[in-house]
Amino acid sequence: MGQFIVRRTLYAIATLFILSLTIFLVVRLTGDPVTLLAEPGAQEEDLAVIRKDWGLDRPLPVQYAAFVKNVLTGELGQSFNYEMPVSTLYFQRLPNSLELALAATLISFLIGIPTGIISAVRVNSVWDHVGKTVALLGLSVPGFWLGLVMILIFSVWLGWLPTSGQGGWRNLIMPAVALGWYFAASLLRLTRSSMLEVLRSEYIKLARLKGLPAFAVIAVHAFKNALIPVLTLAGINLVIMLNAAVIIEVIFAWPGIGRLLYEGIFQRDFPLVQGIVMEAGVMIVVINLLVDILYAYIDPRIRLTR
Amino acid sequence: MTPLLEVSGLRTHFTSFGGTRIVKAVDGISFTLNEGETLGLIGESGCGKTTTCLSIVGLLPTAARIAGGRITFGGQELTEKTSREMRRIRGRSIAMILQDPMASLNPLFSIYRQVAEPAYYHQAMRGRTLRRRVQDLLAAVRIPSPAQRMRDYPHQMSGGMRQRIVGAIALAGGPKLIIADEPTTNLDVTIQAQYLDLLKDIQRDTGVAIIFVTHNLGIVARMCDRMAVMYAGKIVEHGSVRNLFNGARHPYTRALLGSITRLGSKEPLYAIPGQPPNLARLPSGCAFHPRCPDAVPRCSTEEPPEEGFDDGWTVSCWRAAAEPARKEYDRTSA
Ligand SMILES: Nc1ncnc2c1ncn2[C@@H]1O[C@H](COP(=O)(O)OP(=O)(O)OP(=O)(O)O)[C@@H](O)[C@H]1O
Ligand code: SF4
Ligand SMILES: [Mg+2]
Repeated sequence: MGQFIVRRTLYAIATLFILSLTIFLVVRLTGDPVTLLAEPGAQEEDLAVIRKDWGLDRPLPVQYAAFVKNVLTGELGQSFNYEMPVSTLYFQRLPNSLELALAATLISFLIGIPTGIISAVRVNSVWDHVGKTVALLGLSVPGFWLGLVMILIFSVWLGWLPTSGQGGWRNLIMPAVALGWYFAASLLRLTRSSMLEVLRSEYIKLARLKGLPAFAVIAVHAFKNALIPVLTLAGINLVIMLNAAVIIEVIFAWPGIGRLLYEGIFQRDFPLVQGIVMEAGVMIVVINLLVDILYAYIDPRIRLTR
Repeated sequence: MTPLLEVSGLRTHFTSFGGTRIVKAVDGISFTLNEGETLGLIGESGCGKTTTCLSIVGLLPTAARIAGGRITFGGQELTEKTSREMRRIRGRSIAMILQDPMASLNPLFSIYRQVAEPAYYHQAMRGRTLRRRVQDLLAAVRIPSPAQRMRDYPHQMSGGMRQRIVGAIALAGGPKLIIADEPTTNLDVTIQAQYLDLLKDIQRDTGVAIIFVTHNLGIVARMCDRMAVMYAGKIVEHGSVRNLFNGARHPYTRALLGSITRLGSKEPLYAIPGQPPNLARLPSGCAFHPRCPDAVPRCSTEEPPEEGFDDGWTVSCWRAAAEPARKEYDRTSA
């Protein structure tokens, strides 16, 4: 187990290093942030002062080293626009994003997993076709479009739900559905295919041969095995929804990290974008580690060999 | 004495391509099995052995259904049972052992849990009684120190051990019939022999009847009282092992006996010239005629009826009635 953690940590460091280099270069391809401030009469000298202020006049390797240092201190640098540490901004928004992401995860679980199981257990039945249709819609209908349609129906026409902002569950429900929609579909497909594979196995045949009730065969013997790949996807989904729910947060004016990222990109706020991406990267690494530990808890083969 | 199991005229068909193609995997077979008896079911791959077994336990794949015939077990008609009733029968009076011991156990559950399940669900056993029961079952299949080993998981056990655990699961409900579908094919020779001895001992102690499906005639000679030879979904010859080994009446049985393999050989029965038949496109008349060294003209047009002889011996072959039983498989006489 110790060796396993060491190896995983080394991988994680390498991954985060590559991620930091990539995002550092990519944000700089989007253009010069200072020109966004340039008013018609602006003097080149003024801009140069700002550039120097933000440290953009230094050579790239020096800028990168500063970025890495900022990541290592956990502060993530100063936002150009907010003029405060990116980490402060990030953690201000985190609870809001967490609220939305957890609600969306719950919705995607409630829709995706039972429908996936039923589709697999009743292959080619009406249920399976319903499941396939939901999966197809989920993967092809964009969440933002669904969000706009919901706003139109439930806010504009029926007046039941507020169009935007954050507050109680009435504010939460539409963005959570719009955000969870795609992941419900991807969970559904994965649960279905994973269950189908498990249901074909010899040990499920043996479970049936024991005369176990259908519930015990499917919910206990089959589902526990089918759950393993589903967990990984769920973990990654959560991180994505937490950090990159950009469009949904913009549409519903949800004060989360996705909207912060959106502002950062539009204003070429390099430290902000870099910081959010690095946070997401760290989170993916941590979640994957947690999922692996969870695997070991579920699967005795992993538990004992590592 | 009424037999324990009586299968008569059983037909099980696979339907595919929306009902446009029918595969008659089991096509009108009949046999009986008495209490404590062992029947060997043999034949080449794809001739319908597994489908026969699954028809009896009521666990056919969704594409298959019983199209006719009766399966009477202990006086009850199984083909008319609901799935709930069949479930109770599977947990108690009929058990089945599958071919692949490495894949038959659920990797995520302890041995204890998997062996305990039948008693837990069917006999409502709990707590210490249940633990006692699991230990006894594991001891019956000669798992050393069962109290410790039952806490283990399948991946900690060898193939032979796992297959014995599957045996313990089969015994859990106190069955009257065990169907063993090639239970030793994936085990190595010495383990195979041990396993067969174990089954024999269990049979002696409990009086359970066994249907033993195999490719291997060596195993049939060692294990079985009677044997049924299947070809293309039909039983072509059925009789006592002694009689058939001393001189079979059906050319296909003779061919099988001519290609007999050592105990422990993993080779399937491919020593017979020609291809095993494709069940979707069967030859007319006797399905064996393209490969039969003894075929006569009518074999390719008319299907031979089943004929009975002494000792419950039955054969479906046009030439069987006319000729005495023979031992040799003559490759030149065609
Ligand atoms: N799911 C299926 N759909 C269509 N046909 C099938 C299906 N499963 C089996 N069959 C057909 O049924 C026939 C009998 O199969 P079965 O598994 O009973 O043979 P077997 O005698 O047990 O062979 P083996 O020795 O290889 O285990 C095969 O010829 C196969 O073509
Ligand atoms: S009926 Fe004819 S073809 Fe069939 S086994 Fe007998 S002799 Fe051979
Ligand atoms: Mg088979």
